[in-house]
Amino acid sequence: MLYVIQTALELGFMYALVALALFLSYRILDIADLTTDGSFVLGAAVSVTLAAAGHPFLAVFAALAAGALAGYVTAFLQTRLGVPSILAGIVTNTGLYTVNLMVMGWSSNVSLLKQETMFTMLRDTGIGGNFHKLLLAAGITVLVSLLLIWFLGTRLGLSIRATGDNKDIVRASSINPVFTISVGLCVANAMTALSGAVVGQYQKSADINSGTGIVVIGLACLIIGETVFGRRSVGRNVAAAVAGSIVYRFLYAVILKTSVVPIECLKLVTAVVVALAIASPTLKEWGNFQKRKIRSMQKGGR
Amino acid sequence: MLRLEHIKKTFNPGTVNEKRAVWDLSLHLKPGDFTTIIGSNGAGKSTMLNAISGSFYVDEGSVWLDGKNMTFVEEYKRSRVIGRLFQDPLRGTAPHMTIEENLALAYLRASEGSIPFSRISRKDKAFFREQLSLLEMGLEDRMKQPVGLLSGGQRQALTLLMATMVTPKLLLLDEHTAALDPGTAEKVLELTTRIIEQNQITCLMVTHNMHQALELGNRTLMMDDGKIVLDVEGEERAHMTVTDLLEKFRSNSGKDLDNDRILLSAGQEN
Repeated sequence: MLYVIQTALELGFMYALVALALFLSYRILDIADLTTDGSFVLGAAVSVTLAAAGHPFLAVFAALAAGALAGYVTAFLQTRLGVPSILAGIVTNTGLYTVNLMVMGWSSNVSLLKQETMFTMLRDTGIGGNFHKLLLAAGITVLVSLLLIWFLGTRLGLSIRATGDNKDIVRASSINPVFTISVGLCVANAMTALSGAVVGQYQKSADINSGTGIVVIGLACLIIGETVFGRRSVGRNVAAAVAGSIVYRFLYAVILKTSVVPIECLKLVTAVVVALAIASPTLKEWGNFQKRKIRSMQKGGR
Repeated sequence: MLRLEHIKKTFNPGTVNEKRAVWDLSLHLKPGDFTTIIGSNGAGKSTMLNAISGSFYVDEGSVWLDGKNMTFVEEYKRSRVIGRLFQDPLRGTAPHMTIEENLALAYLRASEGSIPFSRISRKDKAFFREQLSLLEMGLEDRMKQPVGLLSGGQRQALTLLMATMVTPKLLLLDEHTAALDPGTAEKVLELTTRIIEQNQITCLMVTHNMHQALELGNRTLMMDDGKIVLDVEGEERAHMTVTDLLEKFRSNSGKDLDNDRILLSAGQEN
């Protein structure tokens, strides 16, 4: 039981980075960034390949840089070349499939056998004991969360927030929205790649298909967090995204243990939940309208 | 100060919807000029302001500001020296950000080359507070609230502050009080004239109120069909009435003024 909780927490913290990335791209910049699936695998591929070569820490920074680059490609497509934002993400994502294969030496799977990872290195120092994996996963995510909150309070961060809120005022403040969108997408995809990098070393493997549907799962985490913790200040939103990810992994563990939902169906269930959550304002409005219509028809009969 | 030289702009060229919005228009503003603009529907008033602010590039002609050629300068760069207010009070502020954060954004225009990772300092906050108190709307005590909670009038006053906090070389006002209720409109207008006078800002103001057009500022332009058909200042303008203005418009453009809102407001106040 303890093991289940521990694993759920570990995964929750590691995948929370994707939820944070989507918080930045989807909530703040108002861009549905479909590069996410590809940049997650890119992060894992870069990280595991470099760890296999004996550089587990360099691997993480390389993954961050690779993710940022992927984000820049998407941003370039949509801001400079006029590709619609969703399509820009899909195009980059498709291209990344080949890039990811290339990074992994043209194989669809890379594994670490005896090589050191950040996790094994921490274990060997003895810090954290049995909880060393949780400690590292939580440490990285908390650090990134704090950096993100700090960043969004800086002048550049404010400009990025304004870009998603009202582009006119960004231009009126002598800032180029092309620049703020680019920075925002670079940071978001760097975070997604970091998630892939940490998960890759945690599982000691990278798989070309490990990113499939990660964007929808990330959105589910974001929405769960917002539903439970509300959307108010930036700090609270960031905390909610992390908490949402942990809740999602707990639900996942429960479903896995009890088989309420067959595990093969989990992606479908996640997709339905996300669709319903995003549709809920429209559904509510439709419901109210129907109620009003029925009421007025009852009265109008006379 | 501002010089427009033979600017032309056609929308949807080569289609059935082709529209010559501004045609061979020239204008020269002296520093400190407060010019009001009035004109018929679709006369090209907003198009002229858009050409100045850089929402699009003109097809022909050139735009000069303070001796610099701005014709092909991007909009976001021009905004360093040009402040602008629109009719829609929602356009000038970011609703999900706080009053303080909105002001901090506007204040970025002052800090060319400042470090992008710097934060709003205590000194900035005190300055914002002091500026907000000048609006006399109690906003200085609500700095942590999102702008979306403010009324249209408050948002427009805040936008005015954001556009002028770092004194612009040129202020463009595009019927910025037209969407507000009469009481609020008057208050915002009063703030506008006060700020313009205090800082000696060169200003172009589009209005649909003929009285306003003659009372405010020192110069009045009338536009029709993408051109300036009347340009009065000084002695001639001081003695003008609304009837004179309408008469002049008719003789210069060869037709009656057809802006319903202008005529309505002229009727109301006569």
